[in-house]
Amino acid sequence: MPEARMAWNGAAFDGLAQVRELPVQGMISLRGDLASAPVQNAATEVTGAAMPGPRGVEGAGDSAIAWMSPDELLILLPHGTVQDALARMDAVLAGEHALALDMSDARAVFEVEGPAAREVLAKLCPVDLDPAVFGPGEMRRTRAAQIAVAFWQSGPHAFRLICFRSVAGYLFDLLKGAAHPAARVGVFDPSA
Amino acid sequence: MSTRLDHGGRLIDRDRPVTFRFNGKKMPGFAGDTVASALLANDRVMVGRSFKYHRPRGIVAAGPEEPNALLNMGRGPRFEPNQRATTTELFDGLEAESQNHWPSLEYDVGAINQLASRLLPAGFYYKTFIHPRPAWKHVFEPVIRNSAGLGKAPKDGDADRYEHFYWFTDILIVGGGIAGLQAALTAATSGLRVTLIEQTAHWGGRAPVDGAEIDGEWADEWVQGAVQALETMPNVTLRTRLMGAGVYDHGYVLGYERVSDHSPADDQPRHRLWKIRARQVITATGAIERPLSFPGNDLPGVMLASAVRDYAVNFAVSPGQRTVVVTNNDDAYLTALALVDVGQTVPAIVDARPAGGGELAQEVANHGVEVHLGAAIAGVTGRSRVEGVKITAQTGTGTDPTEIACDCVAMSGGWSPVVHLWSHCGGKLTWNAPLAMFQPDPERPPTGADGQGFVTAAGVAAGVPIERAGEGLSNFQTLRSATEAAQSVCVRLGRSVGDAAMPAVREVETAPLAPVWIMPDGADIRLREKMWLDFQNDVKVSDVQLAAQEGFESVEHTKRYTTLGMATDQGKLSNINGLAVLSKALDAEIPQVGTTTFRPPYTPISMAAIAGEARGKTFQPLRRTPMHDWHAANGAHWEPVGHWRRPYCYLHGSETPEQAVAREVRNTRANLGLLDASTLGKIVVKGPDACRFVDMLYTNKMSTLKPGRCRYGLMCSENGFLSDDGVVARIDAQTFLCHTTSGGADRIHAWMEDWLQCEWWDWQVYTANLTEQYAQIAVVGPNARKVLEKLGGSLDVSREALPFMGWAAGRLAGFDARAYRISFSGELSYEISVPAATGAEFWDLLIEAGEEFGAMPYGTEALHVMRAEKGFIMIGDETDGTVIPQDLGLDWAISKKKDDYLGKRAQERSHMTDPERWKLVGLETMDGSVLPDGAYAVGAGTNANGQRNMVGRVTSTYHSPTLDKGIAMGLVLHGSDRMGEVLEFPGTDGKTTRARIVDPVFYDPAGEKQNA
Amino acid sequence: MLILDCPCCGRAADETELEGGGEAHLTRFGPGASDDDFERYLFLRGNPKGVHFERWRHAYGCGKWFLAARCTTTLEVFGTYAAQTTAPPPEIVAAIKARRPNWEAPV
Ligand SMILES: [Zn+2]
Repeated sequence: MPEARMAWNGAAFDGLAQVRELPVQGMISLRGDLASAPVQNAATEVTGAAMPGPRGVEGAGDSAIAWMSPDELLILLPHGTVQDALARMDAVLAGEHALALDMSDARAVFEVEGPAAREVLAKLCPVDLDPAVFGPGEMRRTRAAQIAVAFWQSGPHAFRLICFRSVAGYLFDLLKGAAHPAARVGVFDPSA
Repeated sequence: MSTRLDHGGRLIDRDRPVTFRFNGKKMPGFAGDTVASALLANDRVMVGRSFKYHRPRGIVAAGPEEPNALLNMGRGPRFEPNQRATTTELFDGLEAESQNHWPSLEYDVGAINQLASRLLPAGFYYKTFIHPRPAWKHVFEPVIRNSAGLGKAPKDGDADRYEHFYWFTDILIVGGGIAGLQAALTAATSGLRVTLIEQTAHWGGRAPVDGAEIDGEWADEWVQGAVQALETMPNVTLRTRLMGAGVYDHGYVLGYERVSDHSPADDQPRHRLWKIRARQVITATGAIERPLSFPGNDLPGVMLASAVRDYAVNFAVSPGQRTVVVTNNDDAYLTALALVDVGQTVPAIVDARPAGGGELAQEVANHGVEVHLGAAIAGVTGRSRVEGVKITAQTGTGTDPTEIACDCVAMSGGWSPVVHLWSHCGGKLTWNAPLAMFQPDPERPPTGADGQGFVTAAGVAAGVPIERAGEGLSNFQTLRSATEAAQSVCVRLGRSVGDAAMPAVREVETAPLAPVWIMPDGADIRLREKMWLDFQNDVKVSDVQLAAQEGFESVEHTKRYTTLGMATDQGKLSNINGLAVLSKALDAEIPQVGTTTFRPPYTPISMAAIAGEARGKTFQPLRRTPMHDWHAANGAHWEPVGHWRRPYCYLHGSETPEQAVAREVRNTRANLGLLDASTLGKIVVKGPDACRFVDMLYTNKMSTLKPGRCRYGLMCSENGFLSDDGVVARIDAQTFLCHTTSGGADRIHAWMEDWLQCEWWDWQVYTANLTEQYAQIAVVGPNARKVLEKLGGSLDVSREALPFMGWAAGRLAGFDARAYRISFSGELSYEISVPAATGAEFWDLLIEAGEEFGAMPYGTEALHVMRAEKGFIMIGDETDGTVIPQDLGLDWAISKKKDDYLGKRAQERSHMTDPERWKLVGLETMDGSVLPDGAYAVGAGTNANGQRNMVGRVTSTYHSPTLDKGIAMGLVLHGSDRMGEVLEFPGTDGKTTRARIVDPVFYDPAGEKQNA
Repeated sequence: MLILDCPCCGRAADETELEGGGEAHLTRFGPGASDDDFERYLFLRGNPKGVHFERWRHAYGCGKWFLAARCTTTLEVFGTYAAQTTAPPPEIVAAIKARRPNWEAPV
């Protein structure tokens, strides 16, 4: 079996926050009527996560469901389990108008971790990152400088970002610049 | 003599001496100095020359309104021109140079212009240089070009880093003086998020300098207490060195943070551009003092009274030993008191008001300072700095003046609230006649998304309600206004605020200001020619009066005609005075003449801050395919395709790109070529209505395509023009995979979603853009099948199992793969897609396995040549947004049976069905040369403009390595009916190329190779 | 710099997350339509000074199209609503009327 290579070779940088590319994450894009039982079941059964509400993300680590739009979910799974999960989902979705596709290779995943992680993101994304406003359980689709990204809080001071695979290097360079050790802004409450 | 005093200076740290250089000369200063205060401490009064007449110019102000003291700062990759000495904090090792002079600041050739000032009147740009025409080219322009401009342009790349920061707040307060602090203290009690920003490094603004007393203590102490209190509040963010640069729609505010201008060695970003969203904005931006227009008011040593006070109190610098104060209001008396306080001499106060001032005037008189009432300055003596003033009656013509020796003149023409931020997004102004100033009209604020006002002015920046104008710009008024502003803003945001403590303020009784726009009042032209309004652009009272005489009634026109207020200070000192002079010349009231528009930024901000991270490696996103690194390591000569980088060709040894392309074409046709086609768009369309949908998208009937088969299709815009093309693969009954051009993937996906969401929302179709999920490799050439068969696996690529225009899925050498038997080159060809994360490994494998079959990668140019040899069109070459498929002879791909498809109605329009439309043909040069790209063919006769009639143009042109001659495609009038005719293509080099019209399929017209 | 509330995902979207799509509520005319109808559909736009209905796509967010009623002079936003409508819904019309009493809905 060929090996699934990371888009940016697992690059890492230590600055205001630790920036690192994570191994290829299993991802399934599921489009359908999010109110329908088969669609909900297909998502929850393969992940063990609860069904998220609008803008939400449920689950933890490698297994989660993120709400992407009113008719789209992003299902996160361990990389090796995607084909099996797709087969199970196809069975659950039989007869339902829905579209489930392997998107694992289409994207790169980065983690930004550290007390200053919020401000690293706030240098790139037009998003209110105040801890009282943006917290765990929320999926944010937006832009980082000139590209589309989505991110969610994955730990007390950690965020995961996904972008298209082809621009992984651009996103890494952006994050590296924003996390320059001498570029602290220092406006978010560090205890949050 | 301008000197450092032995004591005092609230902002300097005498324990931290620093050294800097000005025009190469080493000078001492203290931490806390600005470059301006340090220069004055070293008796550098003259710091530059003016733009037009090159007159000697000195420091006038102590803040962002400074018009003269613009310096070149730094060197090499940290060099930057036009930096304001008054807002640049001093640091050890700073290097500054004066600007706009040659050969030196003291001896400047351009100063000759001032002798000719009569010849350079208002509008001189428009008048002088029109006639005689040759004079402009040979005389005026070279001279102007050499002497114009202010600083030098930097030559090196910028060594610093810059960044952006997105910030959200409920209430943004701009300005950290006592008004801003009081507004923050009040607003913070609401629990809302409050952000207070201050452009300088210090809190408190003017009040501590002016000796204000708040709650029984010196303002400085009150300020410290306020800042400490705010710092403990979790809902408050405080930030110095952060200027409110511009206010925009829907509460968007740009903040310009000078992070490390004062400490360039500490590796921090130099500037940070804050992109702030505030639900409400409070502008507590204070006011700027106006100069007075008297003859000689531009001589170094003539300064704003408030600035003289700032230098004395903040920096312990006295700009003169003997300072004459000239004023039309009470405020300047504070300067006299401040100077007397530090032991300097004030030989006279020249007060234009016959009745003089109030309580402060009394205090000054008690110090024995001589006060001339109803008086004016009729002239300033000295060549490059002040040596004395001539005092006369304000009501007179300036005759018989008394001369007083002095080396500094402190002037005050009253104050103008800083209304810039209020005005940026449409806030309107109202004229406060008693105080002779424009101030925000609270009834007409800038409005936000909800249609309600989102900016509130506070403190001095708000002016004074007309009914309270008698109180003047008092500290009490300032704090009351700030408190009320914060309260009303909180209420607007749905929060109540407790009764904010209104601090007690010691008030001073003042006498009213007298609007004095020129002094003396009856000055003749000789004197008015020496009254400067705009110091940087050299605009005088006489220039504005001349403009009025010549019929310029609009202030906006006058501004452009005279260049008043158009320098880098944007008229912070000159606008109101110029307006007043204009209105007087027009015999109209000031508010009738109007005011100019304030535009962001408040003061210039660095271009690099605007660029932020968008430079160097992150200038633009660069999209890489999974095989990018292999290409880079194997001689790729890159071509940008959208944000993608694709190999144009691969250079072997000392090959030129042309040679490499020819080799790649020949090898692909003879053996085996490999192309990284990963950038091709791949969009899945699925659902019960997918057939209906693809039939609307494509001009042909895509729904009849059988699963397992592929078909080439065209997409048009509703205008009927060809927009994209590609091969569609039918996956199953309800699913299609649509390939788009490399540049078209995102656009076409968005186009599909637009129709599904906004027009046919009841159709059951889902789409997904899979472009990045798969690496795609075109395996092309007579040996294509051999190499794939060698890889082995469940995917049967035999002619029988996978015929031309079929597709199949399976495994190839352990890779999950799909093979599409499609050809863009005319050769036997398979496009293989594998998951992107395995793409690089699969490519390596193909290169290795292909070696025995002569495999070589080829780039985009070989791809283009081969498709042209085969007569295939290319989106972007044969199409340009005005070409319909029928022009390209693609009628076979347009269904006649379908009732509708996107673009069909437009293609029925008379112009689209016109037989005169140019049609696609092949072109073969008579001499084998390559036709110039884009060349036009000329026919008989001329058009209405006397130009030769054009009958066609080249859309793509190449040297064909296969045929070893120039081949081209082009659109030609009646082209398809003119086979064999020879056309003439005149080139831009004067030579004409002759080419014969031929069938566009130059290679293997029967298609035997691709079907093999 | 506008902020528009995306009715599809519920986020207040910064203008830099959005793509504009021109006038809303156009009626598509296809084959068989008269030249006048087709011209109106393809080329003629109201371009009003004042209340305007327009198409926006939350391109960097949920990816969905939505419609906005906005004043082209003051940039006041009267409301945003689903793209799956052929005319402004009553609550949007009411919101506009509340702020622009003299405004009449185009027929
Ligand atoms: Zn949205």
